[in-house]
Amino acid sequence: MSLLSLKGVEAFYGASQALFGVDLTVEDGEVVALMGRNGMGKTTTISSILGMVKPRAGTIHFAGKEIAGLPSHRIAQQGLGLVPEGRRCFPNLTVEENLLVAARGSDWTLARVTGLFPRLGERLGQYANTLSGGEQQMLAIGRALMTNPRLLILDEATEGLAPVIRQDIWAALRKLKVAGQSILVVDKTLSELLPVADRCFVLEKGVTVFEGKPEALTAELQDRYLGV
Amino acid sequence: MMAGLSREKTANIVLALLLLGVPLAAVAAGEPFYVTLATRIVILALAAIGLNIALGLGGLVSFGHAAFFGLGGYVAGILATHAFNGETVLFGLPSTTSMPVIWLVAVVLCGLVALPIGAISLRTSGVYFIMITLAFAQMIYYFAVSWPDYGGEDGLSLYVRNTFPGVNTAQPLPYFLVCLGVLAAAVCLFWLLRGSRFGAALEAARQNTTRLSAVGIAPFNIKLVAFVISAMVTGLAGALFADLNRFVSPSMASWQMSGELIVLIILGGKGRLFGPIAGAIVYVLFEFALGGITERWQFFLGLMLLGVVLFARGGLLGLVAGRARHD
Repeated sequence: MSLLSLKGVEAFYGASQALFGVDLTVEDGEVVALMGRNGMGKTTTISSILGMVKPRAGTIHFAGKEIAGLPSHRIAQQGLGLVPEGRRCFPNLTVEENLLVAARGSDWTLARVTGLFPRLGERLGQYANTLSGGEQQMLAIGRALMTNPRLLILDEATEGLAPVIRQDIWAALRKLKVAGQSILVVDKTLSELLPVADRCFVLEKGVTVFEGKPEALTAELQDRYLGV
Repeated sequence: MMAGLSREKTANIVLALLLLGVPLAAVAAGEPFYVTLATRIVILALAAIGLNIALGLGGLVSFGHAAFFGLGGYVAGILATHAFNGETVLFGLPSTTSMPVIWLVAVVLCGLVALPIGAISLRTSGVYFIMITLAFAQMIYYFAVSWPDYGGEDGLSLYVRNTFPGVNTAQPLPYFLVCLGVLAAAVCLFWLLRGSRFGAALEAARQNTTRLSAVGIAPFNIKLVAFVISAMVTGLAGALFADLNRFVSPSMASWQMSGELIVLIILGGKGRLFGPIAGAIVYVLFEFALGGITERWQFFLGLMLLGVVLFARGGLLGLVAGRARHD
């Protein structure tokens, strides 16, 4: 049984349909890449998983339980940790407060997060809105980890960051993968994403059009589905 | 940043010393009236600290907190009136003139009333939240106005001040010290709440509810708890206020009173530990100093409020101490 499984998910923003039938699975311990051009439904898919958009059709199961229709906080409590698009920390809380407010479970502690991101450890007392963009992204990842998620979901975690910071974040993701963390990741940097991913899903116009190993995503397919 | 924090601490210590020192000096100088004035400051500050939990920490602009202030007042008035007449209250429950018992009843009742009001109001936000809390408060206000058993519009007088074990509450200074002790406890409560994980979650809920949900915390529950605690503290202040004046009237639950509490917080600095205290000191001194000269003293208060809102968003304490995280 898959850790996360979406079948035929359809979602709307008001009257306009954004997802027309998304299928997606993530197995335990797997890193799965969710890809597609802008506007194809990646973020909507993630919002549907987290209950921020209520799917109108299809099923979403997490750890064997139907989660579609539950309120967001209940879904998160099942063990889903989201790193939202755009480095969304709580700006008026300190780094430490940002992390501790999310704390649940015992595997991930403040010390373990600052071990993964030493820069956060140096800035525990600083307000989040005084951090650089890269540090805020690390904080957003750290905050999601503090909930001890069975599945970590990253939405465009490296977008708009300096290359050197991106390297740090990819390195952290590789460490998490080695530690057996299940991850669903949305990103545009294929050169980093494909080597770390176990499987890929590609969305086009709100429908899953490709599922398979990264190697199976040939240059031709990349051009067709992901080329600009 | 650190300099700003320590300046705020210094300002807080100065305010605390003033609040304790001035009444003691007034008694020594044989001017007990000033003790009563200081007691008024302390009680209004306590009510505003209650509101500051919801408004300052949670960003919940309740325009109906006077309802809890009034409820607390009526608890003191009703229990004491029946006790004085040697009667029981509703359903044969015993009446009392003991302040600790009255406080407990006031706090519990306000919590019980705030729970459904909060649960309904918190389904809205922004201007709708303001209006719905106002609507609930007006319901309680008109209920008090139209209840002739307890004076209706004319209010209810207490024959003597209620009792506190070991303290002669009829004297201004002992009663002031009792109120000051309660205020100190409320300041501690506010400080503990703000520094706790609950406080961080409340601040997070104020900033972004979706993000808080995404880490598995229900923003609604956090806000509801804050609203209820907030109402309980304001209700306690109401009970003390009734005893100070030995009088309760529906005006304690009026929308003007709700507005006054908000003004105290904005004046002093919202979300700040001593903000309501600074606000209450300025408010009562204005009322006293200018109120003797002109009936239109609130015009000048309005000017000052305008100045604070335009030029000192962190309130008077913000002027002294610099920006806080809430500004």
